[in-house]
Amino acid sequence: MRTLPLSVGFMPLVDAAPLIIARELGFAEEEGLALNLQSAPSWSTLRDRLILGQIEAAHMLSPVPVAMALGLGGLPTQLDALSVLSVNGNVIGVSNALADEIAAHDPMPDFLDAQAAGKALAALNKPLRIGVPFPFSMHAELLHYWLSASGLNVAKSLDLRTIPPLLMADAIAVGEVDAFCVGEPWGSITVEQGGGTLLLPGAAIWQFAPEKVLAVRRDWAASEDDLTGRLMRAVWKAGRWLGREDKRATASEILSWPEYLGVSTEITERALTGNLLINARGKSRTVPRMMEFFDGAATFPWKSQGAWIGARMAARFGLDRAQSAAKAAAVFRSDLYRRHLGPLGADLPAASEKLEGALGSPTTAATDSGTLILGPDRFFDDQVFDPRHPEC
Amino acid sequence: MTAKLTILIVEPDKTRADAIIDSLIATGDHHIRVLSESTGLARSVAELNPDLVLVDVANPSRDAIDALTLASSPLERPVAMFVDRSDDGLTKAAIEAGVSAYVVDGMHPDRIKPVLDAAIARFHMFSRMRSELEASKRALEERKIIDRAKGILMRARNMSEDEAYALIRKTAMSQNKKIADVAQALVTASELLS
Repeated sequence: MRTLPLSVGFMPLVDAAPLIIARELGFAEEEGLALNLQSAPSWSTLRDRLILGQIEAAHMLSPVPVAMALGLGGLPTQLDALSVLSVNGNVIGVSNALADEIAAHDPMPDFLDAQAAGKALAALNKPLRIGVPFPFSMHAELLHYWLSASGLNVAKSLDLRTIPPLLMADAIAVGEVDAFCVGEPWGSITVEQGGGTLLLPGAAIWQFAPEKVLAVRRDWAASEDDLTGRLMRAVWKAGRWLGREDKRATASEILSWPEYLGVSTEITERALTGNLLINARGKSRTVPRMMEFFDGAATFPWKSQGAWIGARMAARFGLDRAQSAAKAAAVFRSDLYRRHLGPLGADLPAASEKLEGALGSPTTAATDSGTLILGPDRFFDDQVFDPRHPEC
Repeated sequence: MTAKLTILIVEPDKTRADAIIDSLIATGDHHIRVLSESTGLARSVAELNPDLVLVDVANPSRDAIDALTLASSPLERPVAMFVDRSDDGLTKAAIEAGVSAYVVDGMHPDRIKPVLDAAIARFHMFSRMRSELEASKRALEERKIIDRAKGILMRARNMSEDEAYALIRKTAMSQNKKIADVAQALVTASELLS
């Protein structure tokens, strides 16, 4: 069979795995695609390559297409999220100096306790400079959400600085930032370099945060329906493969290859297994749902996830919340997901939006063909986001 | 006479930075500053208050520049910048050449265009130089492999160097393969057998 070439960009992160596995294990070929995967040096360059048509699809921070829809940053173009590539996966770390400061007040908060960690930081009562990879990122949204709900005056005391993860360990070492929030493998690498201590996984703030999406230009999805379907199916099958526990060793190996992450398998498997080393002294912790590729309808692009991002971003940048939430919801293409992945047997929830944060434990939900297990998707402060009332 | 443009070039490699400066100077009298370190980028931009920032699209620190297009924190001096929207063609040409340009809001496109054109030309040259360098490196590696393959044949079949090369070349032609690929296959096979 002749395969159709398709250029797809990615950042060398563990959560680029669905694209890498789709190519390396033949899921793309099975769909008649020859994926040409191109590693990008930065999120802005990856975004611009997608916008300018140098690549057809990209591994993208879920808030980036939302930012484009709200007219924030970059060239004015509409990007869409075809599916969610991964749920969760970020870690928050602090410099050794800040860790000492926290420990001077109270015992170090438990690694999975976002409430205690947030209180500890707010109690320091000083401005916090925190490094994030990009201003439009789940990293930035989670930090804002967590610290403002923890009582920090974020307008005054939270200074988010954009720092490439590659340089995060340096930024911590020279004291340019006090803390950081990064995706794997960068948290683990920073710990290995002795640059800091991990304080909290992102999953402790929100148990089911859509982290990366499969992004394309909206006009491309409209004009290339066949290619869109092939790409979505290949990536979905790769996600299903990645969801299997017995595949993690193989996945770690492939991700570690030089053309992808180029780091040791020992590092790549930490995020995949959820067994993290949280400080240079070798203390380890296991994080439930550290990074999820499939279970709980992880790949389904819920309109309510888009709405949450849109509403949060609107609050940060002074835009209308209801309007922004509606624009953002339109970016998450659950319609295309249903049409292209339904015939493959993907679990299709009966509705395309849900209350975000309402599920405290895995819960059975209705689907088009039966039932499916969703959640948990709780926020650390037990707030529930209703996409129909995004202003609340 | 119009006021001088203040241009910031973010480039860690001094030779490249100098080459960019040379090309920009040719377009007029500008204030040009080079930033070679990525730490404190936001602060430097706030201090210098440039009209134009040029950064290699391959530079990971580009995200830090991109973040400055947003209102910065209330603690810092706001730096209002945006990706040039006035001319999509120019922005596209720039990114394709490998340079991203951030232009201060309100700057007239006519004033930026000559500078950007010069930067684009320079970055095209960089990428040509890189391709040439890679090609010559590859050629050198291929020659080494072919030399090893010739040596193997000379020993194993008691051939002269010319005869060995002719055999490799003939095999490559009859199998429709590159000479270097046949040589590589021979070297690999010989390593496995030894």
